[in-house]
Amino acid sequence: MSKLSLIQAVNQALYHEMDRDPDMILLGEDIGLDGGVFRATDGLIQKFGEDRVVDTPLSESGIVGTAIGLAAYGLRPVAEIQFMGFLYGAMEQLISHAARIRSRSRGRYTCPLVVRTPYGGGIHAPELHSESTEAFFIHTPGLKVVVPSTPAEAKGLLLSAIRDPDPVIFLEPSKIYRAIKEEVPDGEHLIPLGEARVVAEGEDVSLITWGAMLHPSLEAAGKMAEKGVRAEVIDLRTLSPMDTGTIIQSVKKTGRAVIIHEAARTCGLGAEIAAVICEKALLSLEAPVLRVTGYDTPVPLPKTEKYYFPDCDQIIEAVEEVVQF
Amino acid sequence: MPKKTLQEFSVESIQILDENGKIDTTLLSQTDQISEKTLKSFYESMVLIRAIDEKALNLQRTGRMGTYASIQGQEAIQVGCAAALQPSDWCFPAFRATGLSVLRGTPIKVIYQYWSGDERGSEMQDGQHDFPISIPVGTHIPHAVGAAWGAKYKKDPIAVLTTFGDGATSKGDFHEGMNFAGVFKLPVVFVCQNNQWAISVPFSRQTAAKTIAQKAIAYGFEGIQVDGNDVLGIYTVTKNALEKARRGEGPTLIECLTYRLNDHTTADDASRYRTEEEVAIWQKKDPVLRLKTLIEKEYEWSESVDEALHAEVDRRVAEAVDAFEAIEPLNPLGMFDMLFETLSPELHDQRKKFTQRLGKLNKEESK
Repeated sequence: MSKLSLIQAVNQALYHEMDRDPDMILLGEDIGLDGGVFRATDGLIQKFGEDRVVDTPLSESGIVGTAIGLAAYGLRPVAEIQFMGFLYGAMEQLISHAARIRSRSRGRYTCPLVVRTPYGGGIHAPELHSESTEAFFIHTPGLKVVVPSTPAEAKGLLLSAIRDPDPVIFLEPSKIYRAIKEEVPDGEHLIPLGEARVVAEGEDVSLITWGAMLHPSLEAAGKMAEKGVRAEVIDLRTLSPMDTGTIIQSVKKTGRAVIIHEAARTCGLGAEIAAVICEKALLSLEAPVLRVTGYDTPVPLPKTEKYYFPDCDQIIEAVEEVVQF
Repeated sequence: MPKKTLQEFSVESIQILDENGKIDTTLLSQTDQISEKTLKSFYESMVLIRAIDEKALNLQRTGRMGTYASIQGQEAIQVGCAAALQPSDWCFPAFRATGLSVLRGTPIKVIYQYWSGDERGSEMQDGQHDFPISIPVGTHIPHAVGAAWGAKYKKDPIAVLTTFGDGATSKGDFHEGMNFAGVFKLPVVFVCQNNQWAISVPFSRQTAAKTIAQKAIAYGFEGIQVDGNDVLGIYTVTKNALEKARRGEGPTLIECLTYRLNDHTTADDASRYRTEEEVAIWQKKDPVLRLKTLIEKEYEWSESVDEALHAEVDRRVAEAVDAFEAIEPLNPLGMFDMLFETLSPELHDQRKKFTQRLGKLNKEESK
């Protein structure tokens, strides 16, 4: 065990798997000597050489497109896209090709590809550096979407993502890249994809969230506990495929649900979760399902970005509303 | 004849003012003469935009501004392009364009405002036909082509200019834009500020081709390389290309070979991936210094005149910083109000709830 930040845990996972699997290669912009703009690949080119840690031309579509070919050929490419806002240039490759090559080729070709990218806001970055548009990818059949919320989670989920036989979009919340340090197991540490984690147990309300938003949700749960409201906090971890079983089990127990995500409200994953709860736990509900989300606007530039992201007070307000309903 | 050569091509490189401040008189004589007044104004503009850039770095370091992309080393391109453009022309810059923006009419304080994370920093002045800088690399190139298409359609006698870096030439958008421009013979000038580094990735990783300029050949129009630290060369080549565009003779790609003297942005540390020796070589090729050498030699530009210019520039920049710091705080409601012409009922509802939350937050803050 060693105490690592989330970005260090990502680095350790990449190192571990590169060491284990000679067919794994990294490709992206500035991932070599520079070690990635957030230093996720720091030291890897020195250890594994420039044939396996490859600085590519500046082309997101080129990176993802060639990674699909590399994966189909039998390699394990892990692509880094510098910021989620720059992943949009590779949408056609992801939606029309990565997500479909298994089904189009009737299983002859597969796409064991991971696209890692920093995501979410709150780091005072320029335009398009604060995106949380995970719903685009969740809405694409054939893609898996994973979001870690702590350093140990990041390592365990990333290793599983790399070993997964299908394409995985791995979204790393940049706000908490360095904000939290925790003990991360050395060596093998696998967290299965598709399983949510109950971070705190409670009987009165279910808080369902992921990524950086787990932390204000836990803070809100702590403050509500002082007022005698016991909140259960669920970290979804894998957004697609989603662990609906854990959500439904929790909501059947608590009868109330608040979903927290920083992405824009309309057609965010919160809408899907609310629909699943209505389909499978309607008669257990004591109150409407509420969402605490970003607004249906672009994320503002740093001067006013703080107003965009859900905070602890908004979560508490929503919890009070469902509890008092 | 089973085998024949269908096309051969060559790529020219132009340098009128060399790194020692010496002029190629043959090349210069082939162009419109550049007057003493114009040369001095180029120098004054370069000194100004470098001072604006220095101050931006200082504002960032002292926490008064956010991440910033320095233009140092690339002043000649921005001054040459701005001087070649007419006010009625349209301009689509990438993010390393502080000088171009200021010379096109953006007030200095607005540059600082943008990089401090204030949306109002993207506002254009009345009559300034420029797009806000593009943060995604190269994706604005087709927009320039589209605007040029519009001008051709409306028979407006204008040209469109777009700037971008060497990294952008690896993007599909660059090739797609160039191809449209060639096919429709549009009045657009593509200016590549090839500073040889896309963050840490060297030019050799962007293309196996010897030049960016030759990429135009594949799209059926002229490409030319010019010394990107030679304002006379850039001004001449760009002016010719814009005039050609206005005459309806189609697009041109201009590769300005230069060097980024600073880090990619204030969030970068270039010492991780390039040597001090390489930077030192390019510091000697500084576009500002070589023009100063020329005007000192040819037009008796004295140290005292130079000092007076710097004092005046410093005064202007200081005034702009004061103006920047006196700007009213940004109203966060702008995130709703600027999104559509008419707010939808759902957004209206979100805006209302946000207004209530804002009231509460402001009350807490003032406590």
